[in-house]
Amino acid sequence: MSVGSRGYLPWIGLAVLAAAPLTGIGNYPLHLLIMVLLWGYVYTSWSIMGRLGMVSFGHGAFLGIGAYVVVMGWNSYGLSPWFGLPVALALTAIVAFLIGYPCFRYKIVGHYFALVTLALSEVTRLIIVALRDQTGGSLGATPNTALAETSWSIGALQFSNKLVWFYVVLVFWLIGLWVWKKVDQSMARLALEAISQEEDASASIGIDVTRLKLGVTMLSALMTCVGGALYAQYQLYVNPETVSGIGISLQMVFGVIAGGMYVRLGPTVGAAFTLLLAEGLRLGFGNKFHALDTTVYGLMLVLFIIYMPKGILGAAMEGMAKKSPKPAPA
Amino acid sequence: MGDIFDIFLLESVLNGLLLGGLLALLSLGLNLIFGVIDVVWICYAELIMVGMYAVYYFHVSFGWPLIFAMLAGILIVAAAGAALHYFVIRPVLTAEPINQLLVTGGVLFFLQAAATLVFGIEFKNLGVTFSPIVIGEISFSMPRLIAFGAALGGMLGMYLFLTRTYIGTAIRAISQDRAIMPLMGVNPNRIFLVTSALGGALAGLGACLLVLQYDIHPAIGLSFGPITFLICVLGGLGNMVGGFAAAFIFAQFISVGGFFFAIEWGYVIAFLFFIGMMFWRPQGIFGAK
Repeated sequence: MSVGSRGYLPWIGLAVLAAAPLTGIGNYPLHLLIMVLLWGYVYTSWSIMGRLGMVSFGHGAFLGIGAYVVVMGWNSYGLSPWFGLPVALALTAIVAFLIGYPCFRYKIVGHYFALVTLALSEVTRLIIVALRDQTGGSLGATPNTALAETSWSIGALQFSNKLVWFYVVLVFWLIGLWVWKKVDQSMARLALEAISQEEDASASIGIDVTRLKLGVTMLSALMTCVGGALYAQYQLYVNPETVSGIGISLQMVFGVIAGGMYVRLGPTVGAAFTLLLAEGLRLGFGNKFHALDTTVYGLMLVLFIIYMPKGILGAAMEGMAKKSPKPAPA
Repeated sequence: MGDIFDIFLLESVLNGLLLGGLLALLSLGLNLIFGVIDVVWICYAELIMVGMYAVYYFHVSFGWPLIFAMLAGILIVAAAGAALHYFVIRPVLTAEPINQLLVTGGVLFFLQAAATLVFGIEFKNLGVTFSPIVIGEISFSMPRLIAFGAALGGMLGMYLFLTRTYIGTAIRAISQDRAIMPLMGVNPNRIFLVTSALGGALAGLGACLLVLQYDIHPAIGLSFGPITFLICVLGGLGNMVGGFAAAFIFAQFISVGGFFFAIEWGYVIAFLFFIGMMFWRPQGIFGAK
């Protein structure tokens, strides 16, 4: 993308994005922007492994660990999120390793990998619900507020000002895109693409399939865990249904599919699309038609997968590449 | 650790057995579809939900006798299964396998949300009550016994259909070799459509049995869907005998685990057992290497 005379375009876009909240766009648009960037970051994290043929339905587990370990550490033990997050990351790494290593070692791929990881996200949700004495069960939990007398607390990672959150989330989103690019440019990606095409042949030419897959999986899981913690601290509310289980796991997959799995900004476009669709339908029809947004969303997903499997951005970029004879960016 | 304890434990084991029959029926339809069409219907439990609403509306709103309402429910879900194949699966049959998995996930979202839109989120109940059957000190709930019996009957019927009829033989043949059957004069599209309708009918039968025991709400599919997939995978996707055995194993974990701990822990243990088993026998307990 950043070749030749068009190299400055992304930077202008980024500057406009970073300056946008300073123009006084109001709380609600700012909230939407934060949500798009936050979910854009989480979806990007998912797509790092998803695009390489490892379709995980288990990322709800990592999101849930990130959100709940940090909130429970704070509520039950007075542990600052600055210490809670490393605990959550360590736990995520262990879980990702325990599920990933045997899967890749024994070549559990495709449907089977999707369903094993689906079991993992359900286990996480059920454990959160079952530990209801600590977690509040399906009612969810609210981190004890540190904002009673002040408007921000770095120790508790709580800020009442949305502007702070905007820049925090923006930074993580950029890191996510940077990691995506690094993985995209690495030898590992070429190797993993070869693996997703023909696993046995790749192993036969000396690619360490298990190690590569495990590395990418752990990277993706750890990034998702951070996303869960950010979500919990921004919303100041966690619920087992919204941060773990089959629902959110499928939502991540579909957001990425809708936007485009194989282009860098695809997951973000997917996040923006799904969020704006939901909000638009909600504002347009009010709460009269409960669940109309998800109905339309589900229908569009089906149509997308059948007619536009490369997603919105993927299809748009393919269309542009056809117009100009320039070789398409990889 | 007295006698009472053992009686309750025995009761959980027997209830687990009854649950196992029901789960075996649910997994049978999914296994049939996978074995023949090579597609996993992620939205399978949502078809069951549609069937439950159908039975409810025919029986409670239109006042049909329960048995006719149930037959209508089975027919509706069978039609829904055929429609699902015709409109959603057929266009992606040649696409990447993962797209086939995802597209039915989209249908899951759609059916769940559409049910919320149309039927509302209130829990609906058939309002049919049975008195429990007491044998010795153990009491059985009547709907569970009916469900167990009907599930076994349904499975036997499916077995006879697949082994004794021409079209059943064609279905089994196509599940063994998808490429060769068109050369033998079998139209695979027709077989796929019939199989989808059969899978739908089994989901419909499952719906009739579940509606006797549980309240209906749009998200009820999520309570059965994940277990049903995991049972199928544990038994070896497409392997009906394996699915049958796996259903009873799973049901025991849920029932007895739920007896010793809270019910969620029963599920947690069952799911962890599943994950462990996948590493030991990824092809399923009865799968061929």
